[in-house]
Amino acid sequence: MSVFINKDTKVLVQGITGSTALFHTKQMLEYGTKIVAGVTPKKGGTEVEGVPVFNTVKEAVDQTGANASVIYVPAPFAADAIMEAVDADMDLVICITEHIPVMDMVKVKRYMEGKKTRLIGPNCPGVITPEECKIGIMPGYIHKKGHIGVVSRSGTLTYEAVHQLSEAGFGQSSAVGIGGDPVNGTDFIDVLKAFNEDPETEAVMMIGEIGGTAEEEAAEWVKENMTKPVIGFIGGRTAPPGKRMGHAGAIISGGKGTAEEKIRVMNECGIEVAETPSVMGETVIGVLKDKGLYEKCKTH
Amino acid sequence: MNIHEYQGKEILRSYGVTVPNGKVAFTVDEAVNAAKKLGSNVTVVKAQIHAGGRGKAGGVKIAKNLEEVRTYADEILGKTLVTHQTGPEGKEVKRLLIEEGCDIQKEYYIGLVLDRSSSRVTMMGSEEGGTEIEEVAEQNPEKIFKEEIDPVTGLLPYQARRLAFNINIPEESLSKAVKFMMGLYQAFVDKDCSIAEINPLVTTGDGEVLALDAKLNFDDNALFRQKDIVEYRDLDEEDEKEIEASKFDLSYIALDGNIGCMVNGAGLAMATMDIIKHYNGEPANFLDVGGGATAEKVTEAFKIILSDKNVKGIFVNIFGGIMKCDVIAEGVVQATKEVGLTIPLVVRLEGTNVDAGKKILADSGLNITPAESMADGAQKIVALVEQE
Repeated sequence: MSVFINKDTKVLVQGITGSTALFHTKQMLEYGTKIVAGVTPKKGGTEVEGVPVFNTVKEAVDQTGANASVIYVPAPFAADAIMEAVDADMDLVICITEHIPVMDMVKVKRYMEGKKTRLIGPNCPGVITPEECKIGIMPGYIHKKGHIGVVSRSGTLTYEAVHQLSEAGFGQSSAVGIGGDPVNGTDFIDVLKAFNEDPETEAVMMIGEIGGTAEEEAAEWVKENMTKPVIGFIGGRTAPPGKRMGHAGAIISGGKGTAEEKIRVMNECGIEVAETPSVMGETVIGVLKDKGLYEKCKTH
Repeated sequence: MNIHEYQGKEILRSYGVTVPNGKVAFTVDEAVNAAKKLGSNVTVVKAQIHAGGRGKAGGVKIAKNLEEVRTYADEILGKTLVTHQTGPEGKEVKRLLIEEGCDIQKEYYIGLVLDRSSSRVTMMGSEEGGTEIEEVAEQNPEKIFKEEIDPVTGLLPYQARRLAFNINIPEESLSKAVKFMMGLYQAFVDKDCSIAEINPLVTTGDGEVLALDAKLNFDDNALFRQKDIVEYRDLDEEDEKEIEASKFDLSYIALDGNIGCMVNGAGLAMATMDIIKHYNGEPANFLDVGGGATAEKVTEAFKIILSDKNVKGIFVNIFGGIMKCDVIAEGVVQATKEVGLTIPLVVRLEGTNVDAGKKILADSGLNITPAESMADGAQKIVALVEQE
């Protein structure tokens, strides 16, 4: 078990003929991901890495039964690509593209109301269920199968956490990058819920950063609902107010969204927060020991 | 992206949002001529910098005649204004807005922002105009009223009306206030704003509704389709190093410390600053080289870091995923040679092809200190900089 994706997930790659998409399609295929279709308008009928290419998402879904889509389409066209996938009733859409205008995402979110599709991202590394399915751009080999769920707003910081866990012998159930944009499809709470219900997951590492109040809201939810331990980290303790730190959503504005406030609320809600990024793994292991989950989670 | 008040007012005017008559001036003579053309009894001389708090810092003056316009323009132009938003170094005034004064009855606040929780644009209003909205939110939250806007319909007249009633705009000005808000929302959406703040919005003796100030910020991700907004960019208001970095698609933000950082990924870059601080060092910058860093990009990143004269050491922290460590290592070696690096350099590599990367650094014969982890690297660079 895992969250959102597994070995049976049938993946469609939107924008498959672009150079980034091509590179990652190869990487995903090598990892064992079942890629059943690609879409690039006007390239229908061709093939890429043995994967059939279609003109429209609808056609691709009808012909191949794809149920998850990954989007590498350039930012100006990415919102349209998401909505096309939503219209085709995909279960899951993972949007890797960064720099999508916020106003486009406001429209996308409105468009998705009442629809069945779950959107992850944009501006995210994707989702991986180790040794089963990798959808996105993360380096597959650092992940090991196991029982720690990882959810994060940042890409490389997720790799850092996963690497620390794997090195110490603690595999992951799934790792989900929700992305660094202010408007995204899936938030911390959605992923925490999924991990809470996933029998394979024993504990969750949640990696946040400055900006917005998503971490605080998630912490409150954890306090009320979560039956499994959650360990946190917040990036940007030293970030100055009013400056956007790379991610569109990582900005302290009007005194809101500081790391101190997030850490304070998380602690209050029973979430232990790693003091520095280099002890994320250690902090998880410490909590596992306290909760008697060490043996259960030690996978290798 | 930020623009000046006078530019924001130009945009708003084209959307039927009423603003006082005014003109930009770059010299004292232009300021006096502008005032002459306006021909109003009272003229306001306003410093144009990308920061709030100008009034308190002496950047806004009310002139009763042309002589006073000359005096104030002369005083403000070239002056360095220090406000709570400029930082201690302040900002030099190079442009003025010369504007007609008006008969203010009462000041209000109207703002548009993205509400991240609902993923919708929200209009906020308050009758505590002239005060910063954060302050009102802190002290009198009951005085802030909000209207959440459906992107399909846009701001609806009843919402604007309700907001106007809630903040007690007098009835004789109500329909003008509604028109004002509708125009403001349309400008926000059409121009891909990230923030639009009118503080204060004023009602005047003759029932007019005017934007006395205007702060518009724009979504950088949407600038590709907002060519007219890009024209408004004022490079004098931006950090030179940040401008240089943006040319090479590097995400760079200058800070006050002395340890330069080069990292891949925004989250890891922030965390790297944090860990330097944790070991009692001070980061000099935030720098994300992005996913596709090449040797050329690394060299440019080094040059930008080194153009900051406060930098006494550099910490490179790379988690190679898609980006391979050997490629980064070659870039670091090439950049070190090219810029003739004389200050300590600590490099931490992890991830794809890490062993090949470490070997390249070791074989280079350059004075590069390798680090085994983020913590190790941060401690090493802090110690080396202290020794200097």
